[in-house]
Amino acid sequence: MKYTYYPGCSVGATANLYQDSINVVAPKVGVELEELQDWNCCGATAYMSVKELMSFAISARNLALAEPFHRDVVTPCSACYLVLNKTNHYFAEYPELRKKLGKALEAGGLSYSGNIRVRHLLDVFVNDVGPERLSELATKKLAGLRVAPYYGCQIVRPEEGFDDPDEPESMDRLIEAIGATCVEYPMKAKCCGASLMGTQEKLALKLCRELLANAVRADAHCIVTLCPLCQMNLDVYQPKVNGLFRTKFNIPVIYFTQLIGLSLGIPPRELGLHRLAVKMTKQMKDVLKGA
Amino acid sequence: MLEKDVVYESTLDHDFLDEIYALPGGQEIKKCIQCGTCSGSCPVGSVMDYAPRKIFSLIRAGFRDEVLSSNTIWFCASCYTCAVRCPKEIKITDVMYALKRLAVKEGKTRGRKAVVLSKNFVKMVNKYGRNHETELMTRYILEAELFNAFHFIPQGWRLFSNGRLPLKPHRMKNLDQLRRILKKVDELGEI
Repeated sequence: MKYTYYPGCSVGATANLYQDSINVVAPKVGVELEELQDWNCCGATAYMSVKELMSFAISARNLALAEPFHRDVVTPCSACYLVLNKTNHYFAEYPELRKKLGKALEAGGLSYSGNIRVRHLLDVFVNDVGPERLSELATKKLAGLRVAPYYGCQIVRPEEGFDDPDEPESMDRLIEAIGATCVEYPMKAKCCGASLMGTQEKLALKLCRELLANAVRADAHCIVTLCPLCQMNLDVYQPKVNGLFRTKFNIPVIYFTQLIGLSLGIPPRELGLHRLAVKMTKQMKDVLKGA
Repeated sequence: MLEKDVVYESTLDHDFLDEIYALPGGQEIKKCIQCGTCSGSCPVGSVMDYAPRKIFSLIRAGFRDEVLSSNTIWFCASCYTCAVRCPKEIKITDVMYALKRLAVKEGKTRGRKAVVLSKNFVKMVNKYGRNHETELMTRYILEAELFNAFHFIPQGWRLFSNGRLPLKPHRMKNLDQLRRILKKVDELGEI
């Protein structure tokens, strides 16, 4: 299975541990990711807050670059997924926007006809690889590991996607397939505060506290996520949550590709797990060792 | 505050509604039935000046300044919960974006740190074609949080010491092409 890979900006920096794990895990499960040459930033939520047509135009450049390859575009980042998808949908939905985007792309010697499907990496793992195949490949079943599956917002909303906007369950199936247990986690599609962590820190910390508290209350050994911003907020800012709310959370927040990597017997270091701000706890390591 | 002061009809801006209608997605607010699903679903509604339902009501009543100067539009983190739950299928998040842009255009953004972050994000993309998280945060701190800069050190260190904060930006190659596209948009005018 071959895809055009759109990594996004975060996996080259704060989320490089995500990319580390994708590099080793994707080939092992038969997912071939060919990076889109000379891609540019999708614009995220910030560009859209200042300039609308420009943000659609820079996002559309990526789709135009990808179109000649006739393959699905796959991205590991929820924000990229949302923005590229939104551009696609609005391109189809609003003729006026389509006309203007066409002219803008033409100025760059590009064109786009709207025939590219944008997908999140989780979608590929769930629907193309599938839980059954992952279960076969998992040489080291993660029995006894209790996981809080956290999806966040932009992978399940607003477009009708591959999972439920309020109660997603696709990642749960992957986690169960490799032998781990999903805890009851009603916060799975709630907001982590996203970029409010930069601009309204206390507010974002409060949202993160709820997410962490619910996972800890459910006796989870770790939280598993799929979005660079969610991971950073819950991992890097966890000590700050503790400082502000006098809590003692110490729960690792890892990417779903890292969890799958562990079940494939890949050493933690190759999966980038040493880059976590909140390191894997002894309890989690013991469970993994015993598994 | 709205509840305490008498607001005179003559001070309201009756063209505001038409202006909002003219924005992309703006027509949609005609459909609002004031049910409050959006406000009830909003994870940060409790700290907003006016939660989303009230914002729609204020727009329709012509409270231009109150809407554009409110923290509401900048507290919206684009989680889209309201948008998928709205029984009238109003793209509420898009309306918030439209209000953000209108507030920026009219300079109603004093003290809004989210604007500083967004504008610097745009600078990063226009400069490198990609976001350079390290430079973005540095610029943001210098511009919006200078007296609070020490506050950012712990998490900066946690990222840096784990090799997650590269000092060099990743640049795209054909920046010239990206700029030609942006220039064309500038000529065409925003939507």
